Amino acid sequence: MRFDTPATTNPIDQGKVVGKPIHRIDGPLKTTGKAVYAYEWHDRNTRYAYGYVVGSAIAKGRIRSMDTAAAKKAPGVIAVVTTEAVGELKKGKYNTAKLFGGMEIQHYHQAIAVVVAETFEEARAAAALVKVDYTEEKGAFDLAAAKDSAVEPEGGGASGAGDFDAGFEAAPVKLDQIYTTPDQSHAMMEPHASIAAWNGDDLTVWTSSQMIDWWRTDLATTLGIDKEKVHTMSPFVGGGFGVKLFLRADAVLAALSAREAGRPVKVALPRPFLMNNTTHRPATIQRIRIGAGRDGKITAIGHESWSGDLPGGGPEVAVQQTRLLYAGENRMTAMRLATLDLPEGNAMRAPGEAPGMMALEIAIDEMAEKLGLDPVEFRIINDTQVDPENPERPFSHRNLIGCLRTGAERFGWRERSKKAGARREGDWLVGMGVAAAFRNNLVLPSAARIRLDREGIVTVETDMTDIGTGSYTIIAQTAAEMLGVPIEKVAVSLGDSRFPVSSGSGGQFGGNCSTAGVYAACVKLREAVAQKLSFNSAEDLIFAESEVRSGDRRMPLAQAVADEALVAEDRIEFGDLTKTHQQSTFGAHFVEVGVDVATGETRIRRMLAVCAAGRILNPITARSQVIGAMTMGVGGALSEELVVDKERGFFVNHDLAAYEVPVHADIPHQDVVFLDETDPMSSPMKAKGVAELGICGVAAAVANAIYNATAIRVRNYPITLDKLIKELPEIS
Amino acid sequence: MRAFSYERPASIEAAAQAAAGMDGAKFIAGGTNLLDLMKLEIERPTHLIDVNRLGLDRIEATPEGGLRIGALVRNTDLAADERVRRDYALLSRALLAGASGQLRNRATTAGNLLQRTRCPYFYDTNQPCNKRLPGSGCSALAGFSRPLAVVGVSDACIASHPSDMAVAMRALDAVVETVRADGTTRSIPIADLHRLPGDTPHIEHVLEQGELITAVILPKPAGGKQIYRKVRDRASYAFALVAVGAVVQPDGTGRVAIGGIAPKPWRKEAADAELPNGAKAAAAKLLEGARPTDDNAFKLTLVERALSAVLSEARG
Ligand SMILES: Cc1cc2nc3c(=O)[nH]c(=O)nc-3n(C[C@H](O)[C@H](O)[C@H](O)COP(=O)(O)OP(=O)(O)OC[C@H]3O[C@@H](n4cnc5c(N)ncnc54)[C@H](O)[C@@H]3O)c2cc1C
Ligand code: SF4
Repeated sequence: MRFDTPATTNPIDQGKVVGKPIHRIDGPLKTTGKAVYAYEWHDRNTRYAYGYVVGSAIAKGRIRSMDTAAAKKAPGVIAVVTTEAVGELKKGKYNTAKLFGGMEIQHYHQAIAVVVAETFEEARAAAALVKVDYTEEKGAFDLAAAKDSAVEPEGGGASGAGDFDAGFEAAPVKLDQIYTTPDQSHAMMEPHASIAAWNGDDLTVWTSSQMIDWWRTDLATTLGIDKEKVHTMSPFVGGGFGVKLFLRADAVLAALSAREAGRPVKVALPRPFLMNNTTHRPATIQRIRIGAGRDGKITAIGHESWSGDLPGGGPEVAVQQTRLLYAGENRMTAMRLATLDLPEGNAMRAPGEAPGMMALEIAIDEMAEKLGLDPVEFRIINDTQVDPENPERPFSHRNLIGCLRTGAERFGWRERSKKAGARREGDWLVGMGVAAAFRNNLVLPSAARIRLDREGIVTVETDMTDIGTGSYTIIAQTAAEMLGVPIEKVAVSLGDSRFPVSSGSGGQFGGNCSTAGVYAACVKLREAVAQKLSFNSAEDLIFAESEVRSGDRRMPLAQAVADEALVAEDRIEFGDLTKTHQQSTFGAHFVEVGVDVATGETRIRRMLAVCAAGRILNPITARSQVIGAMTMGVGGALSEELVVDKERGFFVNHDLAAYEVPVHADIPHQDVVFLDETDPMSSPMKAKGVAELGICGVAAAVANAIYNATAIRVRNYPITLDKLIKELPEIS
Repeated sequence: MRAFSYERPASIEAAAQAAAGMDGAKFIAGGTNLLDLMKLEIERPTHLIDVNRLGLDRIEATPEGGLRIGALVRNTDLAADERVRRDYALLSRALLAGASGQLRNRATTAGNLLQRTRCPYFYDTNQPCNKRLPGSGCSALAGFSRPLAVVGVSDACIASHPSDMAVAMRALDAVVETVRADGTTRSIPIADLHRLPGDTPHIEHVLEQGELITAVILPKPAGGKQIYRKVRDRASYAFALVAVGAVVQPDGTGRVAIGGIAPKPWRKEAADAELPNGAKAAAAKLLEGARPTDDNAFKLTLVERALSAVLSEARG
């Protein structure tokens, strides 16, 4: 199905199942421990071997030699596969850093060997015996130091309209500030893990992947085998946040070592490898300039961002939202990319907007203060319904103002002290902050197969993944709505490369696109049913209560099935609507914090997010995504930072004790409101994403609340107490 | 983790003796620190002596009016003990500010005292670290040192001691009781248990090989207001940047021990004497000779301000 004209009324609009607060259909499996995650696949009749990875001890250079003699002799060891023995491997399309193979070291903890043994413990013990000689080279690890050598990234990425320099120069009220965001880690619960099993030339891999087809393709490329020979499965994923978008070393090492060991091998990346072996959200340095008239209208807005990556990598697109979020005729954005020899920087929940909004939404708060305007009002004054760089291009649907107004009302924004540092409750300095939320809506083609059997059971098969988001549930809801069956009659099978290729999970596109793919397949199945039941056309048929109805004629749905189940497959493909219309999602975050007057510890008191993001397919799973994103935003605001050792070139705090994500005690109260809307430009589902929208702006709302509480403006994240303590009021 | 042998002796004497004969032998109590370090090959004991069955899990009154806390009493049980909550509230509060419920259920009194630093370089066997590999250098000095110590440090090591419980024990003048391999016992004031790094940061305490902690003695209750204030980046499940353990009497006198700033729970008699004169004066004594890095110099201000908050809470 090609989606190139806005959606009209369709069966999804009935809203009998879609849009209802239905609990996760896979919930009982998870709460009873029966959902099988990658490392847990266990066939009683298979003798699995266990692989333990060895990572590079240096950040940059070459391996001179490797001595595996002691490891090979260690108890239980079956095989030692080294990067030296394997030699150069081809790199997958989506990988910047190579995952394995050859003698070059590109970053710390790059995989250089895997030791395979009868037990995990034996493999780990033997892995410590592998001796490696390196020739170490000097690397660049410090973004601030490399900033001046940064260049325009491939493809440019600069944008503009009007004359920014002149506009900014002429503006009566101006802001020109630098903001920084640190490297961050996805820190999901389930580590990277894979089991590989060879059967002749055929490879089966159970893994933890957000994108089945990308992994399958890149794994085949890396191993130099035919993609058709690779079968990957990832039915349950314990979180990813982007770090499982692209093939990772565990899958490659499992495949190589299973071949060497001659039996299935399990490989999980130990927790410290998450930070330095995989990918992370790269640090940014951002300069923002805003000029406005005394009426509060922005006349010039400029945003530049510097980030770093390994050679061949890309920039963190932190200026993205600034092209679209606020009006103003003179505009400029630009990016610069420095070469850094740290581990690969790549997508993490809302890449681009998450760090971009961390900076922009502080700048907006500062600008509102300069103008003497309430920050909610300042944002409303500068709303735009068209792409400001390209005014003939409207937004498909934009209700940022609704989010801000509803949020202000619900949160009690009126109570906010206009003067910073003026509200005190006991030992707490109390403040409120607001930020807009903004994230673009992306669309990717997505296919699904639907099977209807004689009992009237509908089975959906697609390689879509459920990374904790609720894909199983919203896909079941979609099929139930389209085919008029109760949700209990829908079975959903996901995460298997034998199924049609879906959008996968990422960029908050998964919910909308994968259900749109299911919609397309259901439309096909409806046509097949109509034909089998000798209805003239599927167009005016009503599918309800497991029946097919037209006028007075009613037939049980299952009657369409003879001996063989009825099967339909289709794929949604998106046309030009994203070009003719800007599709984005909107929201507003409100946060109240307390800052301890003595110590500068910031504690969140309450949070509210209001989202306008098209049709909400399931308010329970959508809310769960948004509160998770808000929590991650608090981490970004207050504690999360991968600390770079600038001498040795690695992230020092590489475990969950030292990389501090929020815990329950940090998040006392969260509220989420979804504005009731649909976006017919986005897909037949009229839905958009929310899972990344939820993080965009949160950290800035926290930062602005801290400012409101303390009158201290911190522009370098995370806002830890050491950045406040010098300026806190005297205490006696 | 290296292969090791294991035994679970039934008597204190047997335990001490078993360890004395063997350089690579270690006691294991809750294992919440030792096992983690073994998995990372930071600790490589060849033999483990499990002390969980030695009957050291009781809290008893002493004739002097204090408490005798068995070395194997779990942190959870110690924090919940009625006598501790009533008479040594500082200790309860410190314990409950540490780790998580699950860890405290397992962690023991002796193990907590002897837990090792959380310096991130100590945890990464690829990095130079004098404490882990004597003579290899200290990565933290020029690297990341925000969580580390500002006083009691040396050029060889600036690691901080992570225990919350030990801070309270120090303020409460606890005494550690031990048994040596030859069966002799001794009492070590907690002030003397941990050593400063000097040139030998790998030697962290004064216990001999095979010397087993059997109990920690608390003298009779100190009275006063007992406040434990742990300052950290997140609200729970984080080690202290700075922790203040204080006992403050109605007349303003008292004692204070500080965590998070030194290789051991940090207390200065001179600082105690300054308490009636306020936080600034006391902090100055506590921080005398401080050698902070750029990363952790904020702790100097933080100690004073946190102490100030504690003293005003005590007054209020
Ligand atoms: C994630 C995490 C978070 C934590 N957070 C905190 C925190 O916030 N605050 C805090 O204070 N602590 C914290 N801890 C540390 C925790 O308190 C310690 O791990 C625990 O107290 C150690 O006790 P254990 O009985 O498990 O010791 P073990 O691991 O069994 O032993 C530790 C050491 O003591 C020795 N030992 C044990 N018993 C004896 C004995 N009777 N005689 C002589 N030597 C002995 C062992 O040989 C070993 O060297 C945390 C730990 C973890 C894993
Ligand atoms: S501070 Fe001590 S523990 Fe940390 S790296 Fe230096 S020597 Fe090792």
